[in-house]
Amino acid sequence: MTEINQSLNDVAITQSGGDNRYRDKSNKLRQLFFEFSGLIPFFVFAALFIGAPTLIVILNAFKTNEGAFTLSNVLLAFTDVYYLSLISSLKLGLTSALTGVFFGLMVSYAVFVSGMKKLQKVVSTASGVFANTGGVPLAFFFIAAIGNYGLVTLALQKIGIDIYSGSFTLFGFSGLVLVYLYFQIPLMIIVIYPALEGIKNEWREAAANLGASKFSYWRYVGIPILIPPVLGSFFLLFASAFAAYATANVLTQGTIPLLPLQVGTLVSGDVVADQSNVGYAMGFEMIVIVAIAMTIYTYLDRRATKWRKK
Amino acid sequence: MAQKMKIKTSTVAPRLGFGLNAWLIAGFLFFVVPMFSAFLFSIQLGDGTYTLGAYQRMLSDPGFGEAIWISARLAIFTVLVSIGLMLPTVTWLHIRAQRLKRVVEFITLLPLIIPPVVIALGFLGSMPLWLKDSVYMLVFAYTVLTLPYVFRSLDNGLNAIDVKTLVDAARGLGASWRQVLVSIIGPNVKSSIYGAIFLAVALVLGEFVISNLLLWSTLPVWMALVGMSDPEGAVALSVMSLVFVWLLLMLLSSFDRKRKVRIDIGGVS
Repeated sequence: MTEINQSLNDVAITQSGGDNRYRDKSNKLRQLFFEFSGLIPFFVFAALFIGAPTLIVILNAFKTNEGAFTLSNVLLAFTDVYYLSLISSLKLGLTSALTGVFFGLMVSYAVFVSGMKKLQKVVSTASGVFANTGGVPLAFFFIAAIGNYGLVTLALQKIGIDIYSGSFTLFGFSGLVLVYLYFQIPLMIIVIYPALEGIKNEWREAAANLGASKFSYWRYVGIPILIPPVLGSFFLLFASAFAAYATANVLTQGTIPLLPLQVGTLVSGDVVADQSNVGYAMGFEMIVIVAIAMTIYTYLDRRATKWRKK
Repeated sequence: MAQKMKIKTSTVAPRLGFGLNAWLIAGFLFFVVPMFSAFLFSIQLGDGTYTLGAYQRMLSDPGFGEAIWISARLAIFTVLVSIGLMLPTVTWLHIRAQRLKRVVEFITLLPLIIPPVVIALGFLGSMPLWLKDSVYMLVFAYTVLTLPYVFRSLDNGLNAIDVKTLVDAARGLGASWRQVLVSIIGPNVKSSIYGAIFLAVALVLGEFVISNLLLWSTLPVWMALVGMSDPEGAVALSVMSLVFVWLLLMLLSSFDRKRKVRIDIGGVS
């Protein structure tokens, strides 16, 4: 399509401009400007509401309160409670991504293998909705189920199981990992299901006919094909847990330091005066980390989908 | 021979064994138990009787009306701005500016890289005071959040039709650009638009961090506030908001029986 358009443009240009090279160049420029002109509203919107806010965060991350250039905000973001929140956010992101990838993969595989069209349709729609569950209602669902007075907690107590007897608490790290699965598993299903569908039954048959055992089929065909999309999903899930705010805010009420919550606190303004720009530095830090994760995801996703389309 | 082949395939094709069945059941329970608990929790009284008191209490609270009013306005305007901006943009990319598509797509993906809490921080730092004083500033922030999904949804929809021919034919017959978008392109990408509307509304009704930090009492912000003193009430609100999102999805799907309403990857939290 692009090539056709391009050659049509070229025809138009040669017809109007002859083979004069300078004329040709200015026509190409005019053509590009014409193409651009229809996108002006979009670019203005993006500059005002994506560009400006992002730029402000990055610039302020390197500024003192008086406006001079400094690295102290960024350095400060790697000390004390700010450093602790970076570490626990990274830990939360990794744990949540690992569990989400594992459980999401198992459920997707079970749904895929079941071969039930109806079930597959329901799971696909439900995943779309669950992956978009708002963080606040999500927190309350789990409070109702396994909070201190949750129905599941009380029911289990009646049969002698106390989920709070060990180190588990809904309102801490372990609780967040569990609750985040509620959007991580659906997210994993959405991204990995097409990859599972891409595995052709013929490959399995071909492998079997060539004498491959179930193990060697997975060892040499199944797993190598699934590695890029699974690894890619891991980074996507990491980014989603790393940046999540609402659920953590409602459940932990700030009892465990997390990067998004710290940024939020600094935005709300209860800070030591000379540290107000640390919030921007941590915001910048978050952009960098999420950008790295999403870039790896995009790269692996491209690799995984390349052969699928052919 | 044919029978032999059949036996061969059936022995290698994966089957749903006990282990995989267990995964399906576990997955089902994990998603249904919290929802079901929430519903029971919201209607149960301490002595084992049931009541709809929590729902009545919430619905009659003046805070509820205010929160709904703010969230509903935000949802409607976000959908309008988002579709109003992106439908012409994506159409233009398809008919006149194919080579700029990559650039635009990259920009629409940026909100996935910039965490919402950072967008809130950036808006506070960069927007003029008169805009910050208005709840409608959230419309722009939310439109930014919807860009990745709306772009993809519309792009998929337009990929499925021959946009260029349709537009050229309409223009050749004297249609204005407005008519082209409203009467030609719009109806042809109906399912994409419904999908985009669903995502935008679900996103606006679920979004917490930006409105919380910018101090607007939208539905989720109010819900979190209620939860501090009245857990049953907050749980009742959560149940209502989930039911609403499912109903909206069913409603939009019923408008569009032929093609399924698309939901692409989301992630609001």
